[in-house]
Amino acid sequence: MNAVDKAVVPVQERVGALDKRVWTPLIWLVLLSMPYWMNAIGGYTELASRVVVLGLAAMALNFLLGFTGVLSFGHAAYFGLGAYGAAMTIKFLVPSTPLAIVAGMLVGAVAAAVIGALIVNLRGTYFAMVTIAFAQVFYFIAFRWNSVTGGDDGITGWQRQPLHLGFATIDILHDDKAFYYLVLAVFAVAVGIMALLLRSPLGRTLIAIRENERRARFLGIPVERHIWLSFVISGAFAALAGSMYALLSNFTDPRSLHWTMSGNFVIMAVLGGMRSFWGPLMGAAVFVVLQDYLSSHTENWMSFIGIFFVLVVMFFPRGVLGIIKRKVAS
Amino acid sequence: MTQLLLFNVFNGLIVGAFYALMALGLSLILNLSGVINFAHGGFLAIGAYLAYTMMPVLGFWGGLIVAPLLTALIGIAVERGLIRRLYGRDPLYSLLLTFGLAYVLEDGTRYIWGAQSLPYPIPGWLTTPLSTDYFFLTGYRLFMVVLVAAAVIALFLILNRTRLGMRIRAGTTDLETVSALGVNVGVLRNLNFGLGIYLAGLAGVLAAGMLGLQPTIGTSLIMPSFVAIIVGGLGSLTGTLLGGLLIGVASGVTTVFFPSATEAVMYVMMGLVLLVRPRGLLGEEGRVQ
Repeated sequence: MNAVDKAVVPVQERVGALDKRVWTPLIWLVLLSMPYWMNAIGGYTELASRVVVLGLAAMALNFLLGFTGVLSFGHAAYFGLGAYGAAMTIKFLVPSTPLAIVAGMLVGAVAAAVIGALIVNLRGTYFAMVTIAFAQVFYFIAFRWNSVTGGDDGITGWQRQPLHLGFATIDILHDDKAFYYLVLAVFAVAVGIMALLLRSPLGRTLIAIRENERRARFLGIPVERHIWLSFVISGAFAALAGSMYALLSNFTDPRSLHWTMSGNFVIMAVLGGMRSFWGPLMGAAVFVVLQDYLSSHTENWMSFIGIFFVLVVMFFPRGVLGIIKRKVAS
Repeated sequence: MTQLLLFNVFNGLIVGAFYALMALGLSLILNLSGVINFAHGGFLAIGAYLAYTMMPVLGFWGGLIVAPLLTALIGIAVERGLIRRLYGRDPLYSLLLTFGLAYVLEDGTRYIWGAQSLPYPIPGWLTTPLSTDYFFLTGYRLFMVVLVAAAVIALFLILNRTRLGMRIRAGTTDLETVSALGVNVGVLRNLNFGLGIYLAGLAGVLAAGMLGLQPTIGTSLIMPSFVAIIVGGLGSLTGTLLGGLLIGVASGVTTVFFPSATEAVMYVMMGLVLLVRPRGLLGEEGRVQ
């Protein structure tokens, strides 16, 4: 081991250990208790649910962006498809919340599988541009196909259904806290799967591709197939977040598919820190609270969000968590 | 039926000309600086509204000349102040920056000029139909096609005949060598950005005359411009031009047979192109990876 390695490895180990011992329990503590102090600091339970839902979307995107190193700027497509899948399942097929969630996730995963197969050979800015453009297809379909998607108004006139557990029925419609914990449970499962995947040989391979695609290829790793897999996993979890998003507001409209949504997910991931597992959740929390505050205080919230984007890129390109970690580690 | 079809083909050609103008500017910036300029639509709107504001003083023709130039100056300032700092970093950052700028420009336009749509008067002699059979063939539409064609020819002349244009083309191929030969790459990228934004401003003024003014006028044109670049092929300006016209005409024709797929058809075309020829119709080999 040469001098450079000696200097680098212990720091990384310390950060990793810190992650496990401090950050992870702390984050779960905050998430589990959120509905009980959200009101006290001027928020509301629905806002907490939105943080968790969009946090999941941002973490799903980061699976691709931060851990595979592939720049997708079109995740609103899968998020929105999840939302439409869930809404249409409840409205037209079966009034069941769990089925709606599963259906939404499946729709998004299938779309990601098809589009992923088309674009997996592209790289860099070109890949980003193609994902942006493809995301718009679904927006236009939702916007134009009035008879099925309700056009600009979206899908209304349905609501999330009570959960039947066999021994008990939970009313997640009127009890905001109960719904929050459903969202959190789904979040926990999804995040757990993503964490496991990242620790598995598959996850290590994805990180290897991120670090040096050419070397990974020389080692005989089928790079395209791995990127495609990562794209599908990422899209599926984004769709899961989307279906929860539709359930949260009991309606869905084309805005959940719009390209501005894709940009929001990316800024959440960057703001929190793309190289950290929990970073995007933090980014989502900051973004959601900021947007909520701005849109209730000023008509020009778009300008402020835009300036916020510029400031993040200029001054916090490594994200908030990245800076904190660097400070702690040094 | 033939008349309806002709009408929509012609309409598609005009819309395609807009896409092409936008996409050519985007392409110039993307090829030389590797920046996907999300704010391009915002600059288009600025161009349109500046022309509107100057209308009482300069009239239609004055606005047509001055507004795009002013927009280009704003673009040059933005490149100097913000975008320049992100060259050489992950394309993610410039993408996010221009994304934020798009928000600011659209909202700023709304703040200054209001959210309601405004009419944009054009000279009376341009609005009359040229023929009774082909009612859609108004002077303004024809004028637009001619002007866009002139702008495209001028652009290609600049790129092929002037020193600046040759440097831009050389920089697109190998920026490092161009820099080593003593060309100030910072200035080159700056001027190139201004040139791209000029085209956006010009498209803005022309679009205002046809569609009227709305703060979202540019945002609706930006996505098709991306599609135009992808269909035409990365790195080829001729391809971008072809891509813009092609998707414009395709969506025009689709309007006749299947109106709700007007927008979707260009994305279907994009999917097909990526499936059969991932580098685009006239794209250079090796650029997509």
